[in-house]
Amino acid sequence: MENKKCEGCSECNKDPDMEKILSEYKQEKDNLIQILNEVQEHYGYIPEHAQKAISEYLSIPMAEIYGVVTFYSRFTLKPKGKYHIAVCLGTACFVKGSEKILDRVKERLKIDVGETTKDGKFSLEATRCIGACGLAPVFTVNGEVYGKATVKMMDEVLDKFIAEN
Amino acid sequence: MKTLDEIRKIRETKRKELDLRVNTAADTREKHILVCHGTGCTSSKSPLIIDTFRKILAEKNIENVRVIQTGCFGLCAKGPIVIIRPEDIFYAMVKPEDCEEIIEKHIQKGEIVERLLCKDIDNTTVKKLDELNFYKKQKRIALKNCGVIDPENIDEYIAFDGYKALEKVLFSMTPDEVIETVSESGLRGRGGAGFPTGKKWALTRAAKGDQKYVVCNADEGDPGAFMDRSILEGDPHCVLEAMMIAGFAIGANHGYIYVRAEYPIAVQRFQKAIDDAKKYGILGKNIWNSGFDFECEVRLGAGAFVCGEETALLESIEGRRGQPRLKPPYPANEGLFGKPTLINNVETYANITKIILNGAEWYSSIGTEGSKGTKVFALGGNVNNIGLVEVPMGVTLREIVFDIGGGIPNGRKFKAAQTGGPSGGCITEEHLDTPIDYESLKAIGSMMGSGGLIIMDDSKCMVNLAKFYLGFTVDESCGKCTPCRIGTKRLLEILEKITDGKGEDGDIEKLERLCANIQKASVCGLGQTAPNPVLSTIKYFREEYREHIDHKECRAGECKALMKVTIDPELCKGCGLCKRNCPVDAISGEIKQTHVIDQDKCIKCGTCISKCPFHAIKG
Repeated sequence: MENKKCEGCSECNKDPDMEKILSEYKQEKDNLIQILNEVQEHYGYIPEHAQKAISEYLSIPMAEIYGVVTFYSRFTLKPKGKYHIAVCLGTACFVKGSEKILDRVKERLKIDVGETTKDGKFSLEATRCIGACGLAPVFTVNGEVYGKATVKMMDEVLDKFIAEN
Repeated sequence: MKTLDEIRKIRETKRKELDLRVNTAADTREKHILVCHGTGCTSSKSPLIIDTFRKILAEKNIENVRVIQTGCFGLCAKGPIVIIRPEDIFYAMVKPEDCEEIIEKHIQKGEIVERLLCKDIDNTTVKKLDELNFYKKQKRIALKNCGVIDPENIDEYIAFDGYKALEKVLFSMTPDEVIETVSESGLRGRGGAGFPTGKKWALTRAAKGDQKYVVCNADEGDPGAFMDRSILEGDPHCVLEAMMIAGFAIGANHGYIYVRAEYPIAVQRFQKAIDDAKKYGILGKNIWNSGFDFECEVRLGAGAFVCGEETALLESIEGRRGQPRLKPPYPANEGLFGKPTLINNVETYANITKIILNGAEWYSSIGTEGSKGTKVFALGGNVNNIGLVEVPMGVTLREIVFDIGGGIPNGRKFKAAQTGGPSGGCITEEHLDTPIDYESLKAIGSMMGSGGLIIMDDSKCMVNLAKFYLGFTVDESCGKCTPCRIGTKRLLEILEKITDGKGEDGDIEKLERLCANIQKASVCGLGQTAPNPVLSTIKYFREEYREHIDHKECRAGECKALMKVTIDPELCKGCGLCKRNCPVDAISGEIKQTHVIDQDKCIKCGTCISKCPFHAIKG
């Protein structure tokens, strides 16, 4: 970019996707969580530039937006892995041994809940009740549900994705 | 837009057409294949089953057969469930590859596919859903339409008395009469606390304000509870209609439903219900020329348990962190955007239309003295029939666990039931005959809660269970008040100490003291009830706590730090099965020789214990 021509309008920084998301909402503060939900869905996390765009659009300070983002467990500040594994720790699954399945993932991928592997391939989440209690214990990989799960089943799933290039 | 006459017409013609859904002797040449499309069955590929049925029907050019997606039938453990109407034959655990056989045999030749019929607990083969013991003691009011209608089809809802209660209210009742009916029915809030619904409506009606709101609390955060979700997935219009009736009664023309974003199917169906109702002119301005306006919006939660608390929910709808407000003022006076607001739970609303249509007397004839009507429970954990049950208030826990739930699997013993999730407590065997109602449950140190009912067998460690719930509360505490934010963390630390085998004398007393303080000093219901799982497990299973502390033993074998997996050389035949299945190669030994576990490598996962055919491995 030619420096002398730049007038600092920051137009070039604008993300067309964000513009589109924001255009669907009125500039009212109570839309914040609705917008964040859509951003999370779209990007898989809440990028900083999105927070800035929302801050300007709704006239809410960045600090307050950060406060809301970190309050709700559905919002994440880091991108998820290519395979996002979510092990259900709702009571029905817990009673049927989902903790063991979660421990197995932590041990094999060497990541804790809320983290992503260094290569960006896997991320891990412990969810609260996805509502498939009839199939307990359950885990999901990118939203696909694996019911009546066992440590062995998790091992097979991990083996399959690890072997993949 | 449809006029009221047109809606009545739809009700009449569509009801005839759909008679086969509820009448096995219906006069029809049609057959309907009903496939459960709730979250449970969807997770085990029911959408693919629907597609496969439709594809085969099209290929074979079969007419007069329709494939319908419905809400939850309730028996999630046997899903995916397929029911053929009008004959009402019920197939369990259907796979996409079974569809062809069902069509060829059942639909074309009229023969029942025996191998897909469900086996009841007593091993008898059952053809019809209501022949199952699971259904015999149930009474469906809130779930009346779930599993009967296509939730995404407004005409089907209208056919089964849909929007008839709204019509009755708008044209033949005054707001005060509506409130009186709800009061007389004895309905109490189904979210857990059990506040009389009619009283809540009357308070909000009496509050002064130019603008009022109706809010539906569908932030079902209690892990293991899925009643509200199933109602929204199976019969979204009945909740919408009830919100409108509430709006008419209290003088509000705007409604919000706050749903967990984790329930995508429920969100999508409720939104569709709103859109369809708008198209029909049932939502909007001057509905059916009655002069009553109503709009409704969906707001998504974002994964915060505390938002189920009514004032935290309001904060969240307003776009902020979901931190509870101090009460009073109560939402009835100062709620959403500072205006008088009525907040009810999904299941509470699901009863309203039936109360309006059938009368307060009918509703109050069901249930016990202080708790009227029915309650929906999400039955889960170590019980044979996992699923959704709706029973009249006053049935005993024994009936739910053993008659409806079919008892405990794998020949194990019942140990405890947990109601009310992280806010509730345990019910032990000695209290199995307690009738389920608000007061009785409270008297034995538990609570009705929203309806999560988790059954535990004797392989569960109660200290570990208390730790699990406290872990949940610590994660979900919003941080606004100190007793909850720091107190629950300290509780968790003491429990961790005990399950790690580092418990000391005095720990139990410390827990009890801290619990009492947290109960007294917390701002909202989350903190005030957070100690319940600890207190009730101490009350009923004190000896288990003592064993952990005094003998460093966990009788259930769940606390890993207290567990040592060993192979009994007397029983080991050296088959090598444990060695092959060990995920960390901690077992060594030659074939036909006694095997040994390397304790440093062992992660105590228990795989070998379950694999050993000779029961030689103990943990």
